[in-house]
Amino acid sequence: MKKIIIAAALAVFVFSEGRALAEDPALHGFIQANYSADMDTANPDGKRYKRLEERVQLRLDSSKASYRLFLKGDLLYDHLDDAADAKAREAFVDRTSENWDLRLGRQVITWGVGDLVFINDVFPKDYEAFFAGRPMEYLKKGVDGVKVGLYPEAVSIEAVVMPFFEPNNLPSSSRFWLYDPMPGVTNRVAEEPVSKPANTEVAIRAYRDVAGFDTSVYFYKGWYRTPSMRPDDPAAPSRITLFYPELYTYGLSLQKSAFNGVISMEAGYYDSQDDRNGRDPFVPNSQVKALAGYQRQLMDDLTAGVQYYGEYMRQYGAYEAARIQGFPKEPQYRQVASLRLTQLLLHQNMRLSWFSFYGITDRDYLLNPEARYNLTDDLWAAVGLMVFGGRSDTTQFGSQDKNDNAYLQARYEF
Amino acid sequence: MRRTLLITLTFVFIACTARAATPEEIMRESQGAFLYQGRDFKARVVMRLIGAGGGERVRELTMLRKNSGKTGGDQKYFIYFYQPADVKDMTFMVYKYPGKDDDRWLFVPALNMVRRIAAQDKNSSFVGSDFTYEDVSGRDIEDDTYALVKEEKLNASDCYVIKSMPKAAGDYAYKVSWIDKTNHLPLKEEYYDRQNELYRVFIADEIKAVSGIPTIVKRTMKNLASGHRTETEFKKVEYNTGIEDSLFSERFLKMPPKNRIE
Repeated sequence: MKKIIIAAALAVFVFSEGRALAEDPALHGFIQANYSADMDTANPDGKRYKRLEERVQLRLDSSKASYRLFLKGDLLYDHLDDAADAKAREAFVDRTSENWDLRLGRQVITWGVGDLVFINDVFPKDYEAFFAGRPMEYLKKGVDGVKVGLYPEAVSIEAVVMPFFEPNNLPSSSRFWLYDPMPGVTNRVAEEPVSKPANTEVAIRAYRDVAGFDTSVYFYKGWYRTPSMRPDDPAAPSRITLFYPELYTYGLSLQKSAFNGVISMEAGYYDSQDDRNGRDPFVPNSQVKALAGYQRQLMDDLTAGVQYYGEYMRQYGAYEAARIQGFPKEPQYRQVASLRLTQLLLHQNMRLSWFSFYGITDRDYLLNPEARYNLTDDLWAAVGLMVFGGRSDTTQFGSQDKNDNAYLQARYEF
Repeated sequence: MRRTLLITLTFVFIACTARAATPEEIMRESQGAFLYQGRDFKARVVMRLIGAGGGERVRELTMLRKNSGKTGGDQKYFIYFYQPADVKDMTFMVYKYPGKDDDRWLFVPALNMVRRIAAQDKNSSFVGSDFTYEDVSGRDIEDDTYALVKEEKLNASDCYVIKSMPKAAGDYAYKVSWIDKTNHLPLKEEYYDRQNELYRVFIADEIKAVSGIPTIVKRTMKNLASGHRTETEFKKVEYNTGIEDSLFSERFLKMPPKNRIE
């Protein structure tokens, strides 16, 4: 239904202006193989792969005058589920004018300055894709909506209206070992916010240069994209509702060349609308989140980036008083550090990279070394590892200890 | 400000005395002829990266440049990539400031993401080629001291032969440039390492007048140590097309205007 509405909206938008878009359409895409094998133990479903698929992507790009049509679709065959699938990754029409532009349809939006840490990027992610060693672009999911860009002299503005809720894609319980506080309760119902005017998500970013800093301020009215769990009876649960609490966020980011590199800073306030006093144990408390990063070239073609992330829970006393015994206790402060190293070799045809998270508070980690080589200008292949671990099996990476995998990505582009 | 004053004074001085140009003035003039011609500049650039064994990779991009002031002053660059396929539709923007680190931004279309990238090392390879960032956008004149080695003919052109020595230790110990006395373009440059060994050679293979401006439309940089070379061709060169300042912004990095990048 959702897709039909979008297609109809696109058609109306295009034809109401009485212009044909299809002039010199450019067609590109790729053929890709993506395999990811368990290094530690088999999946909960007994299989030994986290991903085993081939896919074809086609991108159609066509412009005429102030209009542009862009379609990006994937056709894939998944050997683990033994099933073929088709997905529209992006599908939008642009209308550009001198001081404004408009993008209507499915689109990927990335905000903020974090490196794999998202504070003001409130758009949906596919974490399973990232943890299973898929190419980075699959971490981002498209949203269905309208983005308006306004460019007056003083400031640039992006405003996104999203009538259709899109949750994050979390690792599936058949392919990933995950922590579950109520493993015995299998009767689970997911409740997504329905599409109606009052539920429409709005995200706004305003940006400009301020004293050499690329400065952005952000606002978002919408929903947590990772579900919360509410049991029917906390003492003896028989049924769990997975729901998406209402969320407002307010944020700021800064980025600038300094200290022979690039410094990045970002902060956000997560205003949890459904639990402002912190007394509901099943809804996240409001939080302050912040990061600081520094990136620099150490030598020719060798770049290093370090990043610190911290989050602070508000109404912690209320949380402690209300929390359910037996569930892992959240810290008031959580801190995470990350490191990225990128070395280019062989006329930049070879890229060796290292990315890692270290949970300072949770004492857990994620390690992601990767080597990628461009065999020709059209064909590249990458091999890498995703290694998880930690002191506790209830934290984000500690709980994934058994999900270590080695992956291969190979892509022929045309 | 101090630099502007210095440049102005230099020009006034030259005008008043009409004496022979110093090596530094020759190099400054050459930089103007090579990298600062026109108020703005546009070209489709095709780079062939050729290995010692003959293996070839191709980089193709549109480069737009706009000067904000005088020769040797600030510049803005906008680059749109056509090839190879894995970087197609990427855009790259540089604000170049003589005397301090550039600002550089990269747009990754698959993530619809604009990021600043660290840029303090101007000797890094440009897109994997034998040209460095500095070769593409120029080196600060104040970074070297200069000496006139001799005057001689190169391919029937009268040239100044100038030796440039970096004030701070850099990638090369010194560079020898053949500067055409008529059009001020560098026809050949040789880079020597600390052992006095020649290891890198720049050749201007073809010069054409575009809108009356002598322009190097074919050039080669060869690395003698590795045998690798990069042949660069500038196609569809245009000057003074009236590139707007607003082009050099996040908005257009994400949505590059067709008429500017084609």
